[in-house]
Amino acid sequence: MKAAAESDEARWERETLAPALEQAPERARAFRTISGRPIERLYTPRDVAGLPSGEPGVFPYTRGIHASGYRGKLWTIRQFAGFGTPEQTNARYKAILAAGGTGLSVAFDLPTLMGRDPDHPLSLGEVGKCGVNVTSLADMETLFAGIPLADVTTSMTINSPAAIIFAMYLVVAEQQGAAWTKVSGTIQNDILKEFIAQKEYIFPPRPSMRLVTDIFAFAPTAAPRWNTISVSGYHIREAGATAAQELAFTIRDGIEYVQWGVDAGLDVDAFAPRMSFFFNAHSDFFEEIAKYRAARTLWAVVMRDRFHARNERSWKMRFHSQTAGVSLTAQQPYNNVVRTALQAMSAVLGGTNSLHTNSLDEALSLPTARAARLAVRTQQIIAHESGVTEVVDALAGSYFVEKLTRDLEDEARAYIERIDEMGGMVAAIENGFPQKEIAESAYRFQQAVDRSEQVIVGVNDFVQEDDRAIETLYIDEAAADAQLARLESLRRRRDADGVKRALDTLRAAATTSRNLMPPIIDAVRAYATVGEMCDALRDVWGEYEETPVL
Amino acid sequence: MPPLRVVIAKPGLDGHDRGAKVIARALRDAGMEVIYTGLRQTPEQIVTTALQEDADVIGLSILSGAHNHIAPRLMSLLEEKGLDDVLVIIGGIIPDVDVEALKRLGVKGIFLPGTPMQQIVDFIKANARSAKISS
Repeated sequence: MKAAAESDEARWERETLAPALEQAPERARAFRTISGRPIERLYTPRDVAGLPSGEPGVFPYTRGIHASGYRGKLWTIRQFAGFGTPEQTNARYKAILAAGGTGLSVAFDLPTLMGRDPDHPLSLGEVGKCGVNVTSLADMETLFAGIPLADVTTSMTINSPAAIIFAMYLVVAEQQGAAWTKVSGTIQNDILKEFIAQKEYIFPPRPSMRLVTDIFAFAPTAAPRWNTISVSGYHIREAGATAAQELAFTIRDGIEYVQWGVDAGLDVDAFAPRMSFFFNAHSDFFEEIAKYRAARTLWAVVMRDRFHARNERSWKMRFHSQTAGVSLTAQQPYNNVVRTALQAMSAVLGGTNSLHTNSLDEALSLPTARAARLAVRTQQIIAHESGVTEVVDALAGSYFVEKLTRDLEDEARAYIERIDEMGGMVAAIENGFPQKEIAESAYRFQQAVDRSEQVIVGVNDFVQEDDRAIETLYIDEAAADAQLARLESLRRRRDADGVKRALDTLRAAATTSRNLMPPIIDAVRAYATVGEMCDALRDVWGEYEETPVL
Repeated sequence: MPPLRVVIAKPGLDGHDRGAKVIARALRDAGMEVIYTGLRQTPEQIVTTALQEDADVIGLSILSGAHNHIAPRLMSLLEEKGLDDVLVIIGGIIPDVDVEALKRLGVKGIFLPGTPMQQIVDFIKANARSAKISS
């Protein structure tokens, strides 16, 4: 009887690996990604046998949505920024554009995000601290003064009041003489991830989804170049999710939005091409690259085969990435420059269409101008010095990366099926499912760090006593004082009856199924405030209170 | 000795609750009774909860920069209600320049990014009022 021929791998293990391990055993710990996924020592052709190789610009776009990759067009350098008053942030935007940033990205403060005016009791101490305060159209005018909205693209990280902020942007563009059909940008407008992770919700899930689909219905004819949503995994990851959970919940959120749009009577190809996505660029280099490739693949299949979209543009996932804020350390802040560079590199190798790099001081405060500029330089060095942009999808064919891509797809699909069985994402959220998964992962990760199973340089290893003092941005109450004064002056100047009429119309419209964008635009034009408009909607829909899941 | 009772609170508008929830769970695993208030708490609501729950400790999670408004209000309410022996600690993003003033107000522990969970557990065990009473 003939013995089975020994495989190449088995021979390698016997002849080469075993003696090497005799000489020097592997470091005594499990080998895994930061998400906890076990990693084999070696990946071989066997791991990719039978997998299609794919082509860039061809369904399912594993290798990218553009045939010429970054040889055609580099990703957009889109740095998230905002603090204090609209004047202060306007100056920072001009500095970012002068430094070579190629798109704007607005960070709003908590009162704005939460639909509260600066004089609301909950706004005390919060005005201008985490982003720029925008209370009315007047603030939006100041924010973009001297910045031609016909020529720049702007992403606005705004969720519950997204329709209001979008309306303000459109009106400012109009004031500048820029046609709505020409302006281009994005509103995050992803309320599902608020319930799951970021918690900046105002209204309950169903009316919140109605606002999203109203925007899906409004934008294709009114503002066809506008990206109406940025379905986000970033925050889900920051809250503690693993890479697979980030991927799965983001894709499933996207599915939920498409389903609600279709159920609202919209043609999927009318709004899907203007959906976009937003992922984290976390620390595990190869896992992240695989995640982005898996994301494009999953979304293409969902759009073509689950939703029967016919337009190719509905199948092509465009995404922004941001390097992982949660990975930044307060200890030895200059280490963060390195972290950010590596994370940014993984996003580029994964084919991100747009990128934000964090500043070195962001575990301590909002960034100083110097730190913010270095973050832009990080992207420019990758783009122009590293050589990775000379080729399209460099890592295709890597046994490891292709296997990891496939594994992440499989894990995500399993989660998606589970959530389908629960009745969809809104139902899953109401049951606390994604929140629980995330809380478990977050706790497990912290335990791993506290046990030094996961090393964080400068924090649980390679610690220095004398390292923290760097110059940071300090935001005091001057912004709050300025915005309060401005609000007072606005209330005196504007037509109070006009405001009241507009708010009454908005409130009434919210009780019907009328598209809310037109009455919101009218209220914006009347200089109603963010708080006033949200209160009108609160009157009809109430406020959401979550049941916390630890 | 009965378990320490800890209120973990998210004051103000900030919804970033990863740290608060991880700490709440760590304290629970360490044998303490933890009441997590959830989000968007005013100082008044937090103090009312502490009173109702007979809290030994109040842990505030603040990442938004609102600590200079929230902490003074909370500390003065605690004094008003005769709860000024409750141990108050803060976790989150607190600029170095603000730490002194918070300590002077009576905030006993301030825990910044990178703090191990055990450090907070040990601090509470060493400084909570029940611990002091029995020592």
